[in-house]
Amino acid sequence: MKRLTSSVTVVLAMLATSIFSSAFAVQTTEDGGALNLRRGVTDISGQVYDLHMLMFSICVVIAVVVFGAMFISMYLHRKSRGAKPANFHENVKVEIAWTVVPFLILIFMAVPAAKTLIAMEDTTQPDLTVQVTGSQWKWHYKYMDSDVEYYSLLATQQEQIANKFSKGENYLLEVDRPLVIPTGKKVRFLITSDDVIHSWWVPDFAVKKDANPGFINEAWTKVNEPGVYRGQCAELCGKDHGFMPIVVIAKEPAEYDAWMAEQEDIQRRAKEEEQRLLAMNMSMEEMMREGERVYNATCAACHMPSGEGLPGVFPALKGSPMVLQDINAHIDIVYNGKAGTAMQAFGKMLSLKDIAAVVTYERNAWGNNTGDLVQPKDVNAVATGN
Amino acid sequence: MTKATDIVGAADHGHDEHHEHHIPKGITRWLFTTNHKDIGTLYLWFAFIMFLVGGAMAMVIRAELFQPGLQIVDPNFFNQMTTVHGLIMVFGAVMPAFTGLANWLVPMMIGAPDMALPRMNNWSFWILPFAFLILLSSLFMEGGGPAFGWTFYAPLSTTYSSDSTGLFVFSVHIMGISSIMGAINVIVTIFNMRAPGMTWMKMPLFVWTWLITAFLLIAVMPVLAGAVTMVLTDKFFGTSFFDAAGGGDPVMFQHIFWFFGHPEVYIMILPAFGIISQIIPTFSRKKLFGYASMVYATASIALLSFIVWAHHMFTTGMPVFAEMFFMFATMLISVPTGVKVFNWVATMWRGSMSFEVPMLFAIAFIVLFTIGGLSGLMLAITPVDFQYHDTYFVVAHFHYVLVTGAVFSIMAAVYYWLPKWTGRMFDTGLAKWHFWCSLVSVNVLFFPMHFVGLAGMPRRIPDYSLQFADFNKWISIGGFAFGLSQLIFLVVVIKACRKQGEKVSDQVWEGADGLEWEIPSPAPYHTFETPPVVK
Repeated sequence: MKRLTSSVTVVLAMLATSIFSSAFAVQTTEDGGALNLRRGVTDISGQVYDLHMLMFSICVVIAVVVFGAMFISMYLHRKSRGAKPANFHENVKVEIAWTVVPFLILIFMAVPAAKTLIAMEDTTQPDLTVQVTGSQWKWHYKYMDSDVEYYSLLATQQEQIANKFSKGENYLLEVDRPLVIPTGKKVRFLITSDDVIHSWWVPDFAVKKDANPGFINEAWTKVNEPGVYRGQCAELCGKDHGFMPIVVIAKEPAEYDAWMAEQEDIQRRAKEEEQRLLAMNMSMEEMMREGERVYNATCAACHMPSGEGLPGVFPALKGSPMVLQDINAHIDIVYNGKAGTAMQAFGKMLSLKDIAAVVTYERNAWGNNTGDLVQPKDVNAVATGN
Repeated sequence: MTKATDIVGAADHGHDEHHEHHIPKGITRWLFTTNHKDIGTLYLWFAFIMFLVGGAMAMVIRAELFQPGLQIVDPNFFNQMTTVHGLIMVFGAVMPAFTGLANWLVPMMIGAPDMALPRMNNWSFWILPFAFLILLSSLFMEGGGPAFGWTFYAPLSTTYSSDSTGLFVFSVHIMGISSIMGAINVIVTIFNMRAPGMTWMKMPLFVWTWLITAFLLIAVMPVLAGAVTMVLTDKFFGTSFFDAAGGGDPVMFQHIFWFFGHPEVYIMILPAFGIISQIIPTFSRKKLFGYASMVYATASIALLSFIVWAHHMFTTGMPVFAEMFFMFATMLISVPTGVKVFNWVATMWRGSMSFEVPMLFAIAFIVLFTIGGLSGLMLAITPVDFQYHDTYFVVAHFHYVLVTGAVFSIMAAVYYWLPKWTGRMFDTGLAKWHFWCSLVSVNVLFFPMHFVGLAGMPRRIPDYSLQFADFNKWISIGGFAFGLSQLIFLVVVIKACRKQGEKVSDQVWEGADGLEWEIPSPAPYHTFETPPVVK
């Protein structure tokens, strides 16, 4: 009797596992948001979702048949029920059948998969091209058909991550400047990296492509509905891999054109402002305030808000000779970076004023009391080699 | 002629002096041992200790992921934990455990007195602890240990890694040498030391699967050694194998790594297939169904494993025809794997089953490994893989095949052969607790990972957006429960080693069949000094 109960328990527990899996199946038919793949907002992402559901259903059927046979056997052919073992141990016909039938199922799966794949990889004849460049730990977008380019950084406050403030709705999935693309147009992405390998992934577009340093990968999308779509870097890229989200806003073509004109205007005025600032001298107070802002947004991820860095990985700035001695060498490493290390060239990311401010801040914060005040024109001098 | 006889006589004499009561005592027994059973025991204990160390790191990971936000560790240390957890579980727990089982069982199953190369056997074990001491010590270096994932993709592992990378490279070299020596030993033993009448197609499947595994090891461990050496020279000696600025290619690293990495996956599962093929017939009291097709399926899986590596790299930007080739080749693997599962079910069909602890683990293996296999088939479909790749769906997949697959098979094997090793039946009540706690917790741990992965949670992140919070809490609770359940296993094994429990017969299990069940329990220190004749 004890034997019987124990084997019944075995069968029940194994069944529970399968029910657990089929609960998943039920959920997916309701397109149940948090449990399943998203259908997404492009024709391709819809095809991918259908393929996923097809594959999943076939797998569930196979699992039910195989486990079903096994559980029936476990119930019927128990020693405690007095089952006597049969003698067979091979059967050529059965063995051929269960080699050939799975093979046919595979062909049935492979055909639609290959079709979708070929469509996904066809990046020809785009309406618009955007270069996407990953770097530790941010994305850079450059519209190849205009002058507009900018960086896109995590916008979630550090205090939320450190559990000091309550977390917002889009915690870790929000950026300061999202990528904007038009709906109904084929947008091609040229994806690359400045340092390690990153991967640009927007689930709603079914686009995930690695950003390899020194090489350019292609991907494309054609978004049907306007909206805000969020993704994340998908390839381990170092310390803050979990903190470089992607946000894409798809706008109707007319709205997109207006946005693009506005960006071009902003970019042009920023350049004029830069020229104007070259002739000006900023106060220490203003530069320290600006510098702290830029430092925390751009430098603190590696060098830490305390300026102490991570020993052995990222050097400290507090008390560092690089920061305390030659001003021009300091400006140079910020502007041009240091080859072969994680120190990037910030010249193309920050304005002259930002760099002047952050260098001033680094030379006067955390007890680095050099009293040095760096002006945009000093940065410009280093940048142009004067 | 007389001289030769003398030597034989002298050898016989010397042998008499070393009879069974004369087992060396103390630490030197273990340090200098060339006995396959001692070395097997060393490997198994080492693997278990590493399983607990790697498990402790998984607990750190799960504690940090218990809720959103950063609470316990900083992201850099989190990355070190995921990296070293993976390295330890693969190279320190699963592979040494299988080598330990091979040491114990292969000679006993083929009627050989010991492994063919006993001194090398000692060496291949004793360099392992040093490899892992080096790896673990790197965690305490300035800048911390390896933080680039167990796959150590360049250039994160070269230009952008901490200086302790040199230690990582050295430890992987030692692990590789150990594995290659172990594999050579298995091959030489099986080729040369089978008892008279033990023909190829009479060998137990555990021996067959290990033989094929050993060939895989010899083929791919040198490739891993090459990959880590190139990482070493790129980082410290100015070469540019993986740096585009110097004419190299970071994606080439991935091709080399996965050319090792995919056969490596089968290195960790083929011996498991062998174990399950020994256990299912015993407790079904019926001969294994389709023995020959099992052998051919194992060989086909091993061959196919060399032409599927790039399915780990679908998002790296390959030509579309390469993507299709690797998709189709990968799908093909499910045919021989399916044959194996069908054969096990057919073995159970119309058998006379009982459900002792090894059988419980074996049945759980079949169900849960198959779930992992089916998610693997889904991952093979390139267009959908673009969505699954590098998410928790992948994490769920490979933990189903490696934890409820490889690790469950090792536990099944330990419970199956432990009475033969100790001569006593282990505490079956406690062992059942171990099984049920593990079965429930491992599914609470890994099943919801499918959901968070499909919903879009990337792997290897220390913090996540709020939509994933509920599932991650449950995953962590399952993780802690699974970790604690393994302490029950520890107690069962210690009790058995202390000779607690009823004495067992030579056959131990009613339906057990094979040479190892014909020798006394516990297995004497030396067995089959005169080879048995297999009919």
